[in-house]
Amino acid sequence: MSAPRTLFEKVWDSHVVGDAGAGGGCPAGPVLLYVDLHLVHEVTSPQAFEGLRLAGRRVRRPELTVATVDHNVSTGDRRLPIADRISALQVAALVRNAREFGVELFDLDSPDQGIVHVIGPELGLTRPGMTIVCGDSHTSTHGAFGALAFGIGTSEVEHVLATQCIVQSRPRTMEVRFSGLPAPGVTAKDLVLALIRRIGTAGATGHVIEYTGEAIRALSMEGRMTVCNMSIEAGARAGMIAPDAVTLAYLEGRMRAPAGAAWERARGAWAGLHTDPGAAFDATVHIDAAAVGPQVTWGTSPGMTAEITERVPSPADAPSDADRQSYQRALEYMDLRPGTPLEGLKVDRVFLGSCTNARIEDLRAAAEVARGRKVAGGVRAMVVPGSQRVKAQAEREGLDRIFTDAGFEWRNPGCSMCLGMNDDVLGPGERCASTSNRNFEGRQGKGGRTHLVSPVMAVAAAVEGRLVDVRAYMR
Amino acid sequence: MQPFSEHSGRAAALRRANVDTDQIIPKQFLKRIERTGFGPSLFHDWRYRSDGTPNPDFELNRPEAAGATILIAGANFGCGSSREHAPWALADYGFRAIIAPSYADIFFGNCCQNGLLPVVLAPLQVEELFDRAAAAAGWYRLTVDLVHRRVRDGQGFDAGFEMDDYRREMLLQGLDEIGRTLLDESRIAAFERGRALAAEQVSA
Ligand code: SF4
Repeated sequence: MSAPRTLFEKVWDSHVVGDAGAGGGCPAGPVLLYVDLHLVHEVTSPQAFEGLRLAGRRVRRPELTVATVDHNVSTGDRRLPIADRISALQVAALVRNAREFGVELFDLDSPDQGIVHVIGPELGLTRPGMTIVCGDSHTSTHGAFGALAFGIGTSEVEHVLATQCIVQSRPRTMEVRFSGLPAPGVTAKDLVLALIRRIGTAGATGHVIEYTGEAIRALSMEGRMTVCNMSIEAGARAGMIAPDAVTLAYLEGRMRAPAGAAWERARGAWAGLHTDPGAAFDATVHIDAAAVGPQVTWGTSPGMTAEITERVPSPADAPSDADRQSYQRALEYMDLRPGTPLEGLKVDRVFLGSCTNARIEDLRAAAEVARGRKVAGGVRAMVVPGSQRVKAQAEREGLDRIFTDAGFEWRNPGCSMCLGMNDDVLGPGERCASTSNRNFEGRQGKGGRTHLVSPVMAVAAAVEGRLVDVRAYMR
Repeated sequence: MQPFSEHSGRAAALRRANVDTDQIIPKQFLKRIERTGFGPSLFHDWRYRSDGTPNPDFELNRPEAAGATILIAGANFGCGSSREHAPWALADYGFRAIIAPSYADIFFGNCCQNGLLPVVLAPLQVEELFDRAAAAAGWYRLTVDLVHRRVRDGQGFDAGFEMDDYRREMLLQGLDEIGRTLLDESRIAAFERGRALAAEQVSA
């Protein structure tokens, strides 16, 4: 019998082509890893396609490559031409590149367009046991299906296009076990923020995390994607969750998922995709999910997180000298004073969207809180569905009406104010409750102040005009 | 890729931890479809005041940082997005090497792809470099030697660093990694055939 292996090791081992550089007389080190699915978007791909063109190279496996436009597209009226000339050029470049190199593109007019990490899973492209890469750090999202999925740079995008392989050194493994079940009002987003607070934004650098435990098993696929999505915010190369009945139920019948006999075969192959008893991780973290409350970030890094019932910390509380300086800088940028209760901080804007929290289940949970309530005066709140499919589904369920009746804007899919490459940006000094993943300085607009929260916390903040504990709404 | 073997130059100190790629190159500059021209936008929101004039308080705008080609930075440098625009901007600005206690994984790889050498030293060694740069008050020079994997200042600081043999070779020779991988085409093709065969056997 072979030695017990982790889920990560099984997927990794089955994709190793060989030592990188062995055929080119280079010293051994990293390996060449075969890529099953390569997702492409408009911002990190133009230079890669241009590189291929200049070198006279082709895309080795165009049928394993799928492109969409999401990062810089407008979430307003899609019948209008893209107003920003340079954004329009970038989108046009992807259209041209996809055509020239034979890559399938879900463009602005497609009913399947959306944020790349939302459409991969919902089209059934993302499947257990795969290796998936994309020129985007939140590719870790796809690990929720038991795939090994990670972000790469543009030179690597070009490398994968040309060779269908990626040069990778073997990461270490970390198990993050969430035992117990979270209380009502505490979501997948809160679990992962609590983890990042615990281990820090570099806590999992060089590691692939596998999430295990009762709380993870109890999550829907959407919730699992939220958790894996933010693995990168803990510094991890990737996050993974072993596939189970929840995974199969999500995948069955999706547009690109295997069907019929192929589905049965795939199910059989996926059955072995779990960590064997006795397999060892390089590191283990244990969190009691039952003890986690709703989280809100107070600073300019996702690790600067506290529970909504806590107060803004003081630089004196920082664990080290370097952190003290970061705390100081973050508090200045966020215009917060130590000791101020987080609950009650006034917000100007609310953003419900991004590849972290703009799937149908996120919108359902958020709409449940928004139903029959009104966005507070002076607050601008927007909902940006993760994809056209999410948007259409939400409209079929009447969620759009719930949101618009409450005073939310209902917009078209894209990354939007997660990174503010389009017109959806915070003004200087504006404070925002956001369901996205990064609260970096200026991320949502120069001078904008971001508080990361779950979708239900975001709606509660919109309704009250300030950060509040959504658990009060759950009773 | 520009090869890197040994480089001597002025060092600039950016004593901040967790500098993210959104700071290194803010998103409004990601719309270009070229690899060049990002230097003027490097650290844009820190470097310029809202009226577009240079912010004199920002570390790289101080006189002692003028013309710097080596950046000393805090831990977890380059965290956040996978945007290769970050190393493109650093290289376009003129940096040839970075020295920090740690980097985010994707950023580290992206630097190596662009001949921008990411050197990892121990936190205390980086602190010492910050102190020495501050004490030099105006002119601090370092030599980064990839051949022997060492950093020296010619005034007593001499520290070794690690860089795996594969990446070191790539950087020393300025190799085109795609060209190199394509030399392995037969192995890739064999891997693909093997998997197709395995799939058929399962279905038989
Ligand atoms: S939604 Fe935000 S994090 Fe996700 S892919 Fe778009 S920009 Fe990146």
